[in-house]
Amino acid sequence: MQNKVRKLFQQNETYIFLIIFALTILIQARSGQFYTPNNIVDIMSAMIVPGLFAVGAFLVILSGGIDVSFPALASLTAFATTKFLLDINYQGSVLVPILMAIIIGAALGAVNGIFAGLLNLPAMIVTLGTSSVFKGIMQGTLQSKQLAVIPKGMKQFGRRALFTAANKSNGLSSSLPVAFLVLVVVAALTFFVLKFTMFGRGVYAIGGNENAAYNAGFKVKKTKFLLYVFTGIVASIAGIIRVCMMQQCHPTNMLGMEMNIIAGVVLGGTAIVGGKGTMTGCMLGTLLIVLVENSLILIGVPVIWKDVFVGVLIVVGTAVSAYQAEKTGHRKRRGHEVKEAS
Amino acid sequence: MNERQTQAGLRIKSAYMRDRHLWRLIIIMLLWFIFMTVTRFSKFYTVVNFQTMFAQFPEFGLMSLGVMVCMITGGIDLSTVGIANVTAISTALLMQHIGGDSRHISVFWVVVVFLLAIVVGMIAGGVNGMLVAKLHIPPILATLGMGELFTGIGIVLTNGSAISDFPTTYAFAVNNRVLGIPVQFLIFAAAAVILSFMLIKTTYGKKLILLGTSQNVAKYSGLKVDMILIKTYLISGVCSALGGMIMLANYNSARADYGSNYTLQCILIVVLGGVSPNGGKGKISGVLLAIFLVRALETGLNRFPQISSYYVSLIWGAVLLLVMVLNYFTENDISLFKKKPNNFHAD
Repeated sequence: MQNKVRKLFQQNETYIFLIIFALTILIQARSGQFYTPNNIVDIMSAMIVPGLFAVGAFLVILSGGIDVSFPALASLTAFATTKFLLDINYQGSVLVPILMAIIIGAALGAVNGIFAGLLNLPAMIVTLGTSSVFKGIMQGTLQSKQLAVIPKGMKQFGRRALFTAANKSNGLSSSLPVAFLVLVVVAALTFFVLKFTMFGRGVYAIGGNENAAYNAGFKVKKTKFLLYVFTGIVASIAGIIRVCMMQQCHPTNMLGMEMNIIAGVVLGGTAIVGGKGTMTGCMLGTLLIVLVENSLILIGVPVIWKDVFVGVLIVVGTAVSAYQAEKTGHRKRRGHEVKEAS
Repeated sequence: MNERQTQAGLRIKSAYMRDRHLWRLIIIMLLWFIFMTVTRFSKFYTVVNFQTMFAQFPEFGLMSLGVMVCMITGGIDLSTVGIANVTAISTALLMQHIGGDSRHISVFWVVVVFLLAIVVGMIAGGVNGMLVAKLHIPPILATLGMGELFTGIGIVLTNGSAISDFPTTYAFAVNNRVLGIPVQFLIFAAAAVILSFMLIKTTYGKKLILLGTSQNVAKYSGLKVDMILIKTYLISGVCSALGGMIMLANYNSARADYGSNYTLQCILIVVLGGVSPNGGKGKISGVLLAIFLVRALETGLNRFPQISSYYVSLIWGAVLLLVMVLNYFTENDISLFKKKPNNFHAD
């Protein structure tokens, strides 16, 4: 039992969880509005799109790469799909748009995969480049503009609620979109694959040391390629879901999300150089970012302070985890390394 | 083929091989200029057009120089735009205060404001450097967070809106031309010359390359790694701050979210200029060429009204990927048809 507790306090997730808990208590104490059914449901539905993005970003970072193109990729897929279905006057269910998004997303992800995975070019620069290309295709070739109308099936999907939570004190109610299930399924699937399959262990191995993983028999290039494809698919689904939830297609309002998502993933204890991190931590880190972005207003902090808080959060969070990594690193290597004079 | 021809050929080849990257950029640039000559000669090759170009590129050019030094050490600076905006906003507020209702300040104050901007950039860059060097936060995260923080401070200072009612003297002074050369370009040129001198003629440049190649080797060679890193981010901060000052003059207003796409553009330029994202490699000449190339591409495209300006980002991205793939094939000596048995590299 004692061992278990000690182990618990060596994990990053525990601290993130405690921070989140403390933050929610603070918000609750200041506003009395946090632990109300409708606020929790609001936070859950605000988690859907960032959560899905985070899963993709997390996997790529875990393998030692990085993907900054997913918002552009998702925007392009979502816009192309919605526009195409509107043009053919599609009336069916949401399955076709999602399927289309998966196919386009996989193709676009494969572009990242070819450059960053198969050719092994620096992932950050590749995805910056592809992100620029995706944006160019969307705004130049497809001449994107805001679509106020979306196909009926997507509209219904966005409106359909799992359940509705009402706040009796102020009469506000919020409903949780069915799309939340998608996040749950994707997160669970990723968790399972990472923990229990050879492929998942390969992702950790590649992130830890690519050469060692190669020598151990992991198919490094193939794994990396598939990760980018998977990220493309998940991001595209997130894009479609966002369009459904907003009930309109706004092509550019997802752009620029990448940095906060990556920050959330890293706050959750994922090493930016890869090889270390858990799915739980990734979700908790994303939750923390979503909380700060959405709930500051509840404790009376004006919206204009949001960026300051997110920035401080990123700097402090990464400083703490860098400090921790260094401490454990020194402990592990003690005796092997000359004490560094710096 | 006689001997002399082969020798000349060899010499050209060796000159090409030594600076492949540079030559490739020059070739792309020449092709583009030839293309513009053929299609839009009268609209592109005018003095005014070139003056405009030289007034426009310093803002992101300066930021690119900052990103360059960071990237040579193997790091990156994502906070350039944040620093630029915070500098522009704080100096604009200061000038507002000095000028009062008259909307006019003396030349003396313009100089003072510039010096203050440099100080702001030094502080911001210094903080970045401390975070990277002392706290060992990965540069990408440290500068990302600080960038967000600087933008946030900018928003808080301005309440999210633009400041435009500051003394007109400032914009007038910077938008001026000296002997037909825009002042913005003179500022950029001064920064570029100083930085070139530091990188080529002083040991700092060599240290930077060594540090980027291997931080451990640099440390065991007795280099003060921490100091070099802090200095590097400090330089980047100053470059960004100057970029912000030029933005302030060019837009004649300051706002926390101006130039938000410059972050990516700067990285793109630096990589295009031949700096390795893994550090340890890169020349300022390549980056200077890339800065000019990017501006020439965009200005040239603007001469074709039927092409949406959104295609610019597509072209940038495509050019970046193309250059990287070309580098990949030449640096690893892989031809498409001959597969080497063991061409696996881990970076």
